[in-house]
Amino acid sequence: MLNPWMFVGLFLIVGLLIPVAAIVLSALLAPRKPNPIKLSTYECGMETVGDSWVQFKAQYYVFALVFLIFDVETVFLFPWALALNALPFFAVVEGIVFILILIAGLSFAWRKGMLEWV
Amino acid sequence: MNFWTDPIKLAFDGLMGLFSSWGMAADAAAVVINLLGIVGLISAVMVLDILLVWVERKVVARFQDRLGPNRVGPWGILQPFPDIIKLILKEDITPAGADKVAFNLAPILSLGSVLFLWAVVPLAATIYGVDLNVGLLYLVAAGAVGTLSIIMAGWSSNNKYALVGAYRMVANMISYEIPMVVALLIPTMLAGTMSIKGISDFQLEHGLFFFLTPLGALLFLISAIAELGRSPFDLNEGESEIVAGFHIEYSGMKFGLFYAGELLHAFTFGAFVGVLFFGGYAFPLPWGATNAFVAVFNVLFKGMVFYWVIMWVKYTVPRIRIDHMLAFNWKFLVPVSFTLLMVTAIFHSLLKDTGFWPYTLGMFLVNLIFGWLLLEMLRSRGRAEREQAEAPSTAAQAAHH
Repeated sequence: MLNPWMFVGLFLIVGLLIPVAAIVLSALLAPRKPNPIKLSTYECGMETVGDSWVQFKAQYYVFALVFLIFDVETVFLFPWALALNALPFFAVVEGIVFILILIAGLSFAWRKGMLEWV
Repeated sequence: MNFWTDPIKLAFDGLMGLFSSWGMAADAAAVVINLLGIVGLISAVMVLDILLVWVERKVVARFQDRLGPNRVGPWGILQPFPDIIKLILKEDITPAGADKVAFNLAPILSLGSVLFLWAVVPLAATIYGVDLNVGLLYLVAAGAVGTLSIIMAGWSSNNKYALVGAYRMVANMISYEIPMVVALLIPTMLAGTMSIKGISDFQLEHGLFFFLTPLGALLFLISAIAELGRSPFDLNEGESEIVAGFHIEYSGMKFGLFYAGELLHAFTFGAFVGVLFFGGYAFPLPWGATNAFVAVFNVLFKGMVFYWVIMWVKYTVPRIRIDHMLAFNWKFLVPVSFTLLMVTAIFHSLLKDTGFWPYTLGMFLVNLIFGWLLLEMLRSRGRAEREQAEAPSTAAQAAHH
């Protein structure tokens, strides 16, 4: 049998080729008659004012940061959950202490108003 | 080893014999046969995807008391094929000022990220793409590619609506990834493996995980709906504010790829709910354990059932505001999911050696009590908020009289 990661690599390539094939087929068959009005930015009939890459709310960034912290920390929980059956009860409690620290971090962010959409 | 239990092995051996009779090296032949298998699996998934267009349109029509497509073919089932031909023949417009590379790559990654997931779906005991020992991490990683495709589409479109839609969608997807990962930790813990096929097999002997962790299954379903960006979490396409969100500038087949990706994503997560919490390929028809064809039917049937549940939610519940959406996640689902994880860990370690019935009933009871406490907490909180909201108005009324 094939190495599983080799299989995944082949799968990713084929998985990307299928949508590429659809786009190429469409590019070959579809008409192409561009004009400046057709290519302008769509804003329900209004002319676009200023740059399209507008500033975004800082709150998106804050949530992304909070997410990053939690996502990294949940990765640490996978080995613990995987080995749970083999662990003595003391080690289970240790994992729970780790989750409690995570929750303390969440409540700190909550207190600081990081989770508010203002 | 016969046709009913392992058709894949039979086909593999047959092709292997054919290729070696042509004088091909065994390694090269294995790669070619696997490639054929991959193309076959992805093609089957794409055909399923085409039928999902019809399912979605028919079901939404019934929810809204309409007939839906009913002209092309019996019950309109051939409707998606003219739709696809139309999408292929439509002019593909790339707006001026768009970042061409990212603009073209985004729809490819959007559908691709969903197709990637099918590499690890165990369709039967013998039919699966690959049995990764870190299958659940692979699931989360492939989902992250979908998030990437959305921010690429929004950023490269050179359109304010698209940009705002993409920001909203990404905020939504990354936030709900936390409860989703925690919901995935629970089956990992119960089965002691991260392989999706391992989890599916484990439930054959030890009962459905739904009975051990009904709240975990619900948590996974809710965060899956949010990951999909489906109503009530479909702020990315708030028609009244930002028209269509991140894919507003897409037309023709590229739009079609986003659409196909969304439908297939919903069905795939439905299938994952079935595989991870409802026993995989040997439930509801028990012959699935030995008959590969019944097993595939089981997986697709459960996928369809949960896809229908996701549609049911989508067409019933109105869209919520972004601050409510984020508050629901960070102030409710995240603390609840971590608490559920701790409760499950403790009771699993305490009860796992007590035998089948005490263990299953104990876990189910713990979940029931936890859920009831949660509902009570929400109810009292809601009551307090309602009283607070109504208090000034009653005072003003009293003053008026």
